[in-house]
Amino acid sequence: MPLYLNDEQTMLRDTARDFVADAAPVRHLRELRDSKNPDGFSRDLWKQFAEMGFTGILIGEDQGGLGLGHVEAGVVLEEIGRNLTPSPFLATAVAAVEALKGSAQAERRFPGILSGETIAALALDEGAKFRDTVGLKAERSGNGFKLTGTKQFVTHGHVADFLIVSARTAGAAADAEGVTLFAIDKGAAGLSAEAERLADSSVAARLTLEGVEVDADAVIGEVDGGRGLLDRLLAAGRAGASAELLGVGAGAMDMTVGYLKERKQFGVTIGSFQALQHRAAHLYSELEVARAAVLKAQQLLDAADPKADEAVPVAKAMSSLATALSVQEGVQMHGGIGMTDEYDIGFYMKRHRVLAEMFGDANYHADKLARAAGY
Amino acid sequence: MTDLDTFRAETRAWLEENVPASMREPVRSDSDANWGGRKADYSKNPDQKLYMDRMASRGWTVPDWPKAYGGGGLSPAESKVLREEMGRITARNPLNSFGISMLGPALLKYGTEEQKLEHLPRIARGEIRWCQGYSEPNAGSDLAGLQTSAEDAGDHYIVNGQKVWTSYADKADWIFCLVRTDKTRKQGGISFVLFDMDSPGVSTKPILLISGYSPFCETFFDNVKVPKANLIYEENKGWDVAKYLLGHEREMISGMGLAGPGGNPLIDGAVATIGLDESGRLADPILRAELALFEVRAKAFGAMSERFIDELKAGQAHPAQPSMMKYYGTELNKARNELVMAAGGSDALEWESERSGGGGKARAWLRTKANSIEGGTSEVQLNIIAKRILDLPSA
Repeated sequence: MPLYLNDEQTMLRDTARDFVADAAPVRHLRELRDSKNPDGFSRDLWKQFAEMGFTGILIGEDQGGLGLGHVEAGVVLEEIGRNLTPSPFLATAVAAVEALKGSAQAERRFPGILSGETIAALALDEGAKFRDTVGLKAERSGNGFKLTGTKQFVTHGHVADFLIVSARTAGAAADAEGVTLFAIDKGAAGLSAEAERLADSSVAARLTLEGVEVDADAVIGEVDGGRGLLDRLLAAGRAGASAELLGVGAGAMDMTVGYLKERKQFGVTIGSFQALQHRAAHLYSELEVARAAVLKAQQLLDAADPKADEAVPVAKAMSSLATALSVQEGVQMHGGIGMTDEYDIGFYMKRHRVLAEMFGDANYHADKLARAAGY
Repeated sequence: MTDLDTFRAETRAWLEENVPASMREPVRSDSDANWGGRKADYSKNPDQKLYMDRMASRGWTVPDWPKAYGGGGLSPAESKVLREEMGRITARNPLNSFGISMLGPALLKYGTEEQKLEHLPRIARGEIRWCQGYSEPNAGSDLAGLQTSAEDAGDHYIVNGQKVWTSYADKADWIFCLVRTDKTRKQGGISFVLFDMDSPGVSTKPILLISGYSPFCETFFDNVKVPKANLIYEENKGWDVAKYLLGHEREMISGMGLAGPGGNPLIDGAVATIGLDESGRLADPILRAELALFEVRAKAFGAMSERFIDELKAGQAHPAQPSMMKYYGTELNKARNELVMAAGGSDALEWESERSGGGGKARAWLRTKANSIEGGTSEVQLNIIAKRILDLPSA
């Protein structure tokens, strides 16, 4: 398969580009922030995503979705990134759908996701940095389980209709096996969420589960056998976050290069200075390489090719590094105006920082690759 | 089964049958690679010739060239399958050749039918080894300032002047050369000609480099007679051909940024020298982190190369994209070789010992420093990206 978008994917990109830029440009994020919107995103916009069919992008056609893949989900996410659109799309339509696919939960949850009624959140992180460890306990209790522990960095976890929670049903926190995934409804007794606004104006929850009781049917997949499912969720999430990062990086670069062509100093446009040209050209190169890495990972995931195990960490690390450069160079090359709240470039810097941490940062993924390569 | 699946199955079977075992081993040094040509010596490794001839018989030294010119006539999808199947068995490139990577594409675009039929099949079969006469002592990054002159003498030109950094000029059979046919115009006074290095008046002098090797030469032309039939495209329009060819040269050089097929000598070397700690991690944690972050970029660039080739074959690549590939690939290769030296420690410093393969790592490390200079410096590539891709204004 050639490593570029095919005609259908290009058409989808054009549609998504127009739609997101029109419905939720950076101004939309600014309005949500300035109005101190408690959700951190717009339910109306989520409905519009559903009307476009986007929320069902990874759901099979037999279940009412579009039956498309990670390349197509990435096409939409790139536009979300380019416009810094606050959206539950990555958590709900990509990661959660991937985890629920083929499970008994799918029939129950997918209709709401398709109609734009339902929003999912991912409760995975247990410390300030993403790690593979799962310590939150789920003990057998009656016909079901009782969950106790804490999670953090749960984007819109305070308002999500259901949560996907990784929990330990056997063994110790650092063990690979003995993990189970649960789908837990909003408002479960013993579940409390502390909403925190983050640097990028999104809202993430710190969750406390104090003996939250769930029925056995809350289990996604097999008890103790959730690692494979968790890996699948994470791979989808990482490929998706990489695509969103790419959009953030590309958006910041376009804005910066545009500014270089407008801003005049010493009587000429500053884009004619070789010092700035070289920085911009280097940035372009890094982003091109990242784009290739991301598309490669998406294609391999869609082909269920085991080489995705390497390509996904490469994509997440590379898109984080390239976009870090893009937003940092963006602020620097804008000069003083880049430091103002009024100008959008700073929003790109903040969004990158959040996405870079999500599902493991560049160092985490570089380490993962090194271990897989035996050093 | 689709046609492509059938092609893959047949290709796999043919390669299994026809690629000699020694040609599935990594190339150990520059002299271990096959460059073809009249002066090639296959007595040490007859498999090189056998493998090249077998591949050439199917047109697979140049899989996507038309069959009429010695190519395989493969579609982009088929040549990708061939590359993948060769990679699967770590088959070597059967023929390294500036004729294939640089001159061929320029001839296909700008040559007359007669010129194509004369030169392309001989390139495809590895019969003629080509060198490139571009840089001069006073024309490096400012290549269009070249002064080697070609005087009109009726049915031929008389060429006088000097080239420098001519890779393998002393081993080459023919040269593609930029000459000045009009002194009153800069770019518009350059022509692109071909001639035999055995022509009277041509001499070469190898230049000793910091690596201790002499892959580059000074090349002198003293009243060399070049038939006008060997002019490519039109007189004074050689700069168009030169730039087009440079794009292909940059593609080729960017390939140096790629890890070879099979294993990873950088990581294997680090583990062999430094060892692993009890948790299975490289015992030098800072070097390990540097390696791991380098590998992210190297693997991402691997995907970029695949994407670039696919886009190129589909006519979707930006015409200046080879500059990005060249810039990134060569800077990556330099970084890789710095890490090879850091991982190798004092073992890698030995310059002549048998154990070090005659200073293999040290010499390769020093050689890579030319990567970001030859074929246009990194700074020239960044200028091109800024102007042609980002559309930033000239000073």
